[in-house]
Amino acid sequence: MLLLSSDGLRLVLQVGCPRMKCQKCEKPATFHITELTNGEVMALHFCAECAEKYLKQGQSKEKASPTIAGVIAHQLKIGQTAQDLARLDEKSCPVCGIKFLDFRQGGRLGCPHDYVYFADELLPLLVNIHGETKHVGKQPKRGTVDTDQHTDLIRLRREMREAIEKEDYEAASSLRDQIRDIEGKCRP
Amino acid sequence: MNFKEFAAKSGEWLRGIGPQSDIVISSRIRLARNLADFPFIRWCADIDRANIAAIARERLFGQLEASGLSMVDVAELDDLDRQFLVERQLISRELSDSDGARCVMFDKEEKFSLMVNEEDHLRIQVMTSGLDLASAWERIDAIDDKVEESLTYAYHPDFGYLTACPTNVGTGMRVSVMLHLPALVITRQVEKVFRSLQKISLAVRGLYGEGSHAMGDFYQISNQITLGKTEEELLEQVGEVVPVLISYERKARDFLMEESQNDLKDQIRRAYGVLRSAQQISSEETLHLLSKVRMGVNLDLIPDVEIGVVNKLCIHTQPAHLQKLCGRDLSSSERNVERAKYLQSHLRELEGNGETSTRSQ
Repeated sequence: MLLLSSDGLRLVLQVGCPRMKCQKCEKPATFHITELTNGEVMALHFCAECAEKYLKQGQSKEKASPTIAGVIAHQLKIGQTAQDLARLDEKSCPVCGIKFLDFRQGGRLGCPHDYVYFADELLPLLVNIHGETKHVGKQPKRGTVDTDQHTDLIRLRREMREAIEKEDYEAASSLRDQIRDIEGKCRP
Repeated sequence: MNFKEFAAKSGEWLRGIGPQSDIVISSRIRLARNLADFPFIRWCADIDRANIAAIARERLFGQLEASGLSMVDVAELDDLDRQFLVERQLISRELSDSDGARCVMFDKEEKFSLMVNEEDHLRIQVMTSGLDLASAWERIDAIDDKVEESLTYAYHPDFGYLTACPTNVGTGMRVSVMLHLPALVITRQVEKVFRSLQKISLAVRGLYGEGSHAMGDFYQISNQITLGKTEEELLEQVGEVVPVLISYERKARDFLMEESQNDLKDQIRRAYGVLRSAQQISSEETLHLLSKVRMGVNLDLIPDVEIGVVNKLCIHTQPAHLQKLCGRDLSSSERNVERAKYLQSHLRELEGNGETSTRSQ
C-alpha cells in the first residue's frame, strides 16, 4: 500500500492496535505511516482523526484532499483488487482459526503460528512499525526449541473443544489422549 | 493479603533515592512473553486462561525469588482492590479491567512484578528508584532466564519473542523512565521536546499512561520499537536521551530561579500552603500542587520535606489508596475531605519538626 507524496514515498497502514497511542493525542493509533524522504525514514503513528489531518496537510498544496476512507480505498486499489483483499481477509490460521480480518479489526494476533502463517501480510507492517523485520536480540537460553509440538497442542485443544460441541465424544477422547501424550513430552 | 497494612507502606522504587532522583522518579523495564502451547490471550478459551494461570502458579511462584513472592488472584478482587494495585503500578489498567483467570506476583520491595494473562501470557516488570536502567536490566534478564527454565516461550528465530500485538514483537521489551519535568512545562518547552523525541521513535506518556499536565508534570519516556535492535541498544536509546532531558529541565529551573525567582517562590509556597491547609481537595489538584512542592524541595525553596515523602504522597492520595488507608469505602466528596486531612497530617508534622529543631539550635 504505497502512495507517492509530494516529496517522497509514503506507506500507510491501517491496523487497530489499542496499546499504541496516537502521537498527537491519547487515542489508540490505528494508522501507521512511514515517510521516505530523501533517503530518510520517519515512522508516524496516529488515530484516524489525526491521520486524516496529517494526510490532508501534505496534500492541501496540490488539490482538494479526499477523506481518509478515500485515501485508504485508493491505496488498496493500487495494490490489490477487491477480490484479493476479500480473499486475504478470509485467510484463516490452521492452528488457532483466526481470520486475517479478525487481526485487522482487533489488532491482536491469535497464536504464535500467525507470525509464520500470515508472514507475507505482516512483514510490511513490521517494517512500518519497527523499520526492521529481523530479531537480533536475546535468544532463549535453552536454544531455539522445536515448538512444532507446542503449536500442535493449540490446534488439538481447539479441535477437542469443537468435537465436544458437536457431541462427538469418541473423537474428543482420542484427541484428549493425543494432547496428554504431547503435553508430557513438551514439559521442559 | 491485607491491603490496608500494605497501603501504609510504599514501594521501594518510590523512595526518591538513586541517581538523578530529583528529576527521575523511576526506571522500569518490562518484557512481554508468551507460552508456545497456548493461543494469545484475546483468543484463549476460559479453560486456556485458567491453565496458563495454573502453570504460572505451579512452575514460577516460589521459584523465582529466594526471598519469596506475594501472589494476588486479580479475578477475585473487587473494583477498589484492583484500582489499588493499579495506583501502585503493580498491575496495568488492562489487567485490572479484563475478565477471566489472571493474577500478579511481586516481591516485598515491589520492584519486581509478573502479571499473568494480561495482553500477553506473561508481563515481567522490574522497577528501580531514580535513573538506573542497568541494574533493572540485569535483574529482569536473570528473572527471564529463570522463567524460561520452567516453561517454553513462543519464540521464532526471525521474529524473536512472539507477542499478541506486532508492536511488541522481537525483544518484547519496553524500557521506560518516569521523569518529573515541571520547569519545562512552566517554560512551555515540553511540547517541543516531546516532538523531537517522537522523531527518534520514543514514546511519551503520562503517569498512568494518560498524559496531561493535570497529572503532576510526570512523563514516561519509552522506546516505541522492539524489533531489529538488541536489548542493549534499546537501553541505550532511552538511556542516552534521559540525561539530555534532565539537563533541559535543570536549565529551565536555573532560568526560572534567575529570571523570576519571586514568581516561582510564590507559586511553590502557595502550593505548599494549600496542601497544608485545605479542608477538601481533589486528587488532580493534589497532584498538581505536589508537583510544585516537589520542585520546591529540589530547589531548596521548601525546608524539611523529603523527596521520598512527596513521592509517597503522590500515590497515597490517589482514590483507592486513600480508601484503604481510611479502612472504608468513601464517596468522592468524602475522599476530598480525607485527602486534605491526610496531607495536613503529613506536611504539618514535618513543618512542626522543622520549627522545633530550629528553635532548639
